Amino acid sequence: MIVVTITKIKLTTPISDEDVRKLRIGQKVLLNGVIYTGRDAAHKKLVELLNNGQELPLDLHGQIIYYVGPSPAKPEQVIGSAGPTTSGRMDLYAPRLIALGLKGMVGKGKRSPEVIKAMKQHKAVYFAAVGGAAALISKCIKQCEVVAYPELGPEAIHRLEVENMPVIVVNDTLGGDLYAEGTKIYATS
Amino acid sequence: MGRITQAVAKLCKDANYYLGEDVIEAFNNAYEQELSLTGKEIIEQLIKNADIARAEDVPMCQDTGFAVVFVELGQDVHIVGGSLEDAINEGVRQGYTEGYLRKSIVGHPLERVNTGDNTPAVIHLKLVPGDQLKITVAPKGGGSENMSAIKMLKPAEGVDGVKKFVLDTVKEAGPNPCPPIIVGVGIGGTFEKAALLAKEALLRPVGVPSHKPEIAELEKELLKKVNNLGIGPQGLGGRITALAVHVNIYPAHIASLPVAVNINCHASRHKEVIL
Repeated sequence: MIVVTITKIKLTTPISDEDVRKLRIGQKVLLNGVIYTGRDAAHKKLVELLNNGQELPLDLHGQIIYYVGPSPAKPEQVIGSAGPTTSGRMDLYAPRLIALGLKGMVGKGKRSPEVIKAMKQHKAVYFAAVGGAAALISKCIKQCEVVAYPELGPEAIHRLEVENMPVIVVNDTLGGDLYAEGTKIYATS
Repeated sequence: MGRITQAVAKLCKDANYYLGEDVIEAFNNAYEQELSLTGKEIIEQLIKNADIARAEDVPMCQDTGFAVVFVELGQDVHIVGGSLEDAINEGVRQGYTEGYLRKSIVGHPLERVNTGDNTPAVIHLKLVPGDQLKITVAPKGGGSENMSAIKMLKPAEGVDGVKKFVLDTVKEAGPNPCPPIIVGVGIGGTFEKAALLAKEALLRPVGVPSHKPEIAELEKELLKKVNNLGIGPQGLGGRITALAVHVNIYPAHIASLPVAVNINCHASRHKEVIL
């Protein structure tokens, strides 16, 4: 079932299983609080640490990772343009982090069956931000600092403080997939 | 030399900050036609995003792309003071650094260490009659480039085979290339020529049809079929999957029917200058 609503749900991190369970595909959400950035290079490093039995440089419990590699900030900016990158590149690593307690991911594009299964099993959701709306999204980011892997440049893990960042639920804890369902509604021959 | 560097640096910035009026107009039309409320809202956000980028001189997308540079060099032009390639790369280096654009290029495809200044550019050089030098910079994002495809069809598969390949490619891409997209199609030539035709098709202003009537017809039909896939803005379902389909063709070998599909996100960025 796709929920089409005009009203938007406000969600503040850290988020609980209960928060996540209520979300349904198609719902519009405004994210608030702290979220973390990460792309494939950072994910690879995190999973390597886990494989070696080492501790992660951040606590992912109840947290959200935003798949983004921002452009450099101008002197007067908190962050440069910061729209979502293609999530599929993180699919290989995401189930490990979801099993650790990661509750949400923000990106764009399809997730693998393994990630969708992990979300259902461990109660996590996947949100889409509008790909290409990078200058607009950057206005919702009020603070930004690097917390791990500064050597990765735009791919470093940043801690962001966001205010009413607009996202849409694409995969929920029931296994729903808005990409598949939405396309079905509007396809014609 | 200095003029070329300066021109390229400016084009890199301008292309990333200022979305073309052709795309804005296509967005306005798309907004009217889109049936999905979420789709409409997304198109509105993309228009707002382009306005912010233009007003504040910031990149419209954080992926400021691979600098793809098309050069049409008049055969009577003599470049002095160094190599054209160095001048272009210096322009990219300056434009991406001064312009606060993201550096997205790794120096080796397998070792993957960032070059730190977005060089080198991909340069396509064409020798033309005359005494002018025309430079077009078309920064290309990774998300949409990754969803592009090429296939060597059998001539017997004909136009139906071409249509099927274009639709299959767009369908497979789904939400990944940030729809609404612009679809560049190259038909004919050799393997590499078809890919270049598809990329060149993306340089045409959005929605301007081919000057060949039968190809303009094909573009119209493909656009309708692409939009009938229902993928919609950002792949969340809707009637506007593509803003345009542009097809470029070239003579082919008797044994071959190459087809390339180069997908561009809505940020159809390209700026040109004539020196």
